[in-house]
Order: sequence, then structure tokens, then C-alpha cells
Amino acid sequence: MLTKRIIPCLDIKDGRTVKGINFINLRDAGDPVEMARQYADQNADELVFLDISATEQKRKTLADLVLKVAAAIDIPFTVGGGISSVTDVAILLKNGADKVSINSAAFKNPELINECAQQFGSQCIVIAIDAKVIKGQWKVHLVGGKIPTEVDLFDWAKEVAERGAGEILFTSMDHDGTKEGFANKALARLSEEVNIPIIASGGAGEISHFVDTFTHGKSDAALAASIFHFGEISIPELKQQLKQQHLAIRI
Amino acid sequence: MKVAIIDYGAGNIKSLQFALERLGITGYLSSDPEQISNADKVIFPGQGAAKSAMAMLKVKGLDLLIPQLQQPVLGICLGMQLLCDYTEEGDVKALGIIPGKVRRFPNQVKVPQMGWNTISETQTTIFHDIKPNEFMYLVHSYFVPILPETIAVSTYHRPYSVALNKDNFYGVQFHPEKSSKAGQQLLQNFLNIGK
Repeated sequence: MLTKRIIPCLDIKDGRTVKGINFINLRDAGDPVEMARQYADQNADELVFLDISATEQKRKTLADLVLKVAAAIDIPFTVGGGISSVTDVAILLKNGADKVSINSAAFKNPELINECAQQFGSQCIVIAIDAKVIKGQWKVHLVGGKIPTEVDLFDWAKEVAERGAGEILFTSMDHDGTKEGFANKALARLSEEVNIPIIASGGAGEISHFVDTFTHGKSDAALAASIFHFGEISIPELKQQLKQQHLAIRI
Repeated sequence: MKVAIIDYGAGNIKSLQFALERLGITGYLSSDPEQISNADKVIFPGQGAAKSAMAMLKVKGLDLLIPQLQQPVLGICLGMQLLCDYTEEGDVKALGIIPGKVRRFPNQVKVPQMGWNTISETQTTIFHDIKPNEFMYLVHSYFVPILPETIAVSTYHRPYSVALNKDNFYGVQFHPEKSSKAGQQLLQNFLNIGK
């Protein structure tokens, strides 16, 4: 049976991880490669690397990092952050990324999704969508959530799927950082209206939140950052407990 | 041991090369028929769309070469699907090594299947030391139904072929290079064939 995926997300700046972490036996807590290896050993199902640096060197630094991660781990990983062209995608895939996550650039130029899907296959094109509720409606936001748009989350999700996205990474800005659980109602509606896998992001605080998003939220995967990095939830324990709740989980 | 990885523009070859390196093997990328024919083992990777993949193979005459290969050949993902006769993806005639038609998953399930699924009914030594119901990483929208050549089964919507074998040709739908220790074991078993 296809299992639900647990995905730690690492924020990267200038080739280093930025959020604090609480692993034991890490020689260098800022080294994304070492963190990746540790998460792979803990049976994380996938990893996401999100580059938040804004330097001119960014593209090269990120490409180098992807190569090092690909050499170090044998589980799939996705790379995102500022990807805006077919060339960007080609470089990252060539260096060993399994998938790329595209956000604002896909919104500004939706044809980019078609081009990437045709050239590289839908399976490696993840579209990241940040959204929050404004006057009762889920509205897409851009540039790390800073810029609101008038576009409805569900309309955009359907469009990206039709254009060839292989997966949607949905972050609820209303839930992100609250540690009060994922946006399960919106997630469930996404799963009903769109026939590609949905990754839940934003709001994880305790193990029950993962149970809820896989059941009520119908999510295919759940992503979190700080609760894993700070050791608030250990992945082996999380996965054991999810399995005890009769969810399909890879142990 | 010389391990050739058929180079026809398929995505993410790097991970495969790194996975072989972890086993002490340098896999060399090649689209040269002579070089490929002279390898001890050949890996036929695949990612992306069937139609463009077949077109790329034809440019170099690899569509004629691959069915003639005598050494062990391992098709991965799309590489496995293209060992069959035909694929619904793009309505494409494939290599015709294994009789069978590749079909699209129906919309009752999410397409693509993406993630870790269990494999069962494993046969042949390519699954040596891999425990029953082991998890492998898969990402695909099209599948090979159960055939006489099926040597492992997975289930998504219904049971389907997650591995195939005919003569010296092997195919796996999952990505061994991305399937942690079990995937590494499968690659090792493939390298061990004939030893």
C-alpha cells in the first residue's frame, strides 16, 4: 500500500541551514548535507530544501549543494526557492535533485509549468502554493507570502494540475508557525478537486496533527521544519505512532 | 566491472551514478552503441515522457541496439516500461522486448502515484536479501499490468508489475537509487548477476 510521507523541510541560506536544530551527534548543525543524512537515517520519506538566500551567487551555491546532497543520501529530495526558468530546473535536476518546487514564477508565468512538465515530466514538478483566508476566501499569496493576489487557491490548484504539475505543496499562512494543526478543511477540498498528490504544510505542532491531516485532511504527505529540527517531534516516534493509528506508514 | 548507463537525455542520472559509486562502481554514461555493447552490465534509466524518450533513442539507433544486448540489462521506471511493446503514454510503440501494454492509472486514484509502496511476490535472485513487503520509492502515472514476466507485484488501484524479467532483461518500476538500503541491495544483486 502506498504510504503517507513525512517530509522535513530545510531552509537554506548561502549553502547553510538557517533554522536551529537539536540533533545529537551532528558535528556541524549548519551543514545541510549532514542534516539530510541524519534525516534519511531516521526514515524520513523525502526531504525539501528551500533556498531563501538572495545573493547573486545563489544559483551556483544551490547547484553545488544539490550535488553534495545527491551524493550523500538515497531518498528523494525536492529543491525550491527562486526557481524561475527551464534552465534553473535543468541545472538542479542534472545535479541530482529529484523534484523542483516552483512558486511565484509559476504564478507569474503559468506556461512555465507546461514547459517544465513537457521537458522533464510531471513527476518532478512540484508547485508550491502559499495561501491565507481573506474575507472568507482562500487567496494565493506570492514571494514568500508577502504579496496577496486576487486568485482563489482552488482555482489556481486546478490550473497547475491541468498544466502538468505532478504535486502541490500547499502552505497555509494562517496555520504556519501556530503549531495548532494543518489547514485540513482546505487540504481535503484540494484532494477532492485536484487529482495529484497534496503535501500539507504549515501548523504542525504535535503528533496528532499529522494523524488529522492524513485522515481529515486527506493529505498524501506532511511537511514540517522546526518541530523536527528542534527535536520536539522525533521522526521515528512520529512514524511509530502513526502506524499504531492504522495509517499506511513506512517504518 | 564495466557498467554502462544508456545516455539519451533522461533526467536525474546523477543519483544513479552516486548509488553505483556507493557500491564501488563507476557507471559511465554512453550513447555510443559499441561502448554500450561492450559493457558487462547495462542500465537503462528513464524519467520524463515516453514519446520524447523513444524519439531520443531512435536518433542514435539505440532502439535497435537495446533489444540485441546479450549482457544483463536493467530498465528503471520509464526504462522498464519501454521494454514492453507499447505504452498508452503518447500512444507510443516501445522496444518490444517483453510482450505487454503499459497503461495509465485510472482517475479513481491520484495520478501520479508518488511515494513509498510495498513490493511482494518477489522472484529471481535480483531480490536476494530483500525482505518480503519491503518499501520502494515510486513515481509514475503509467503501469505495466501483471504479465507472465512479472517478478514482483505492487498495488495501486489494483495489483500491477513492479518488476519484470525476460532472459537477460530486467525492469523495475521503482527507483532503486532512491529506495534507501533495499534499493541499494537490488542494485548490488543486479551487479552480482552472472558472478
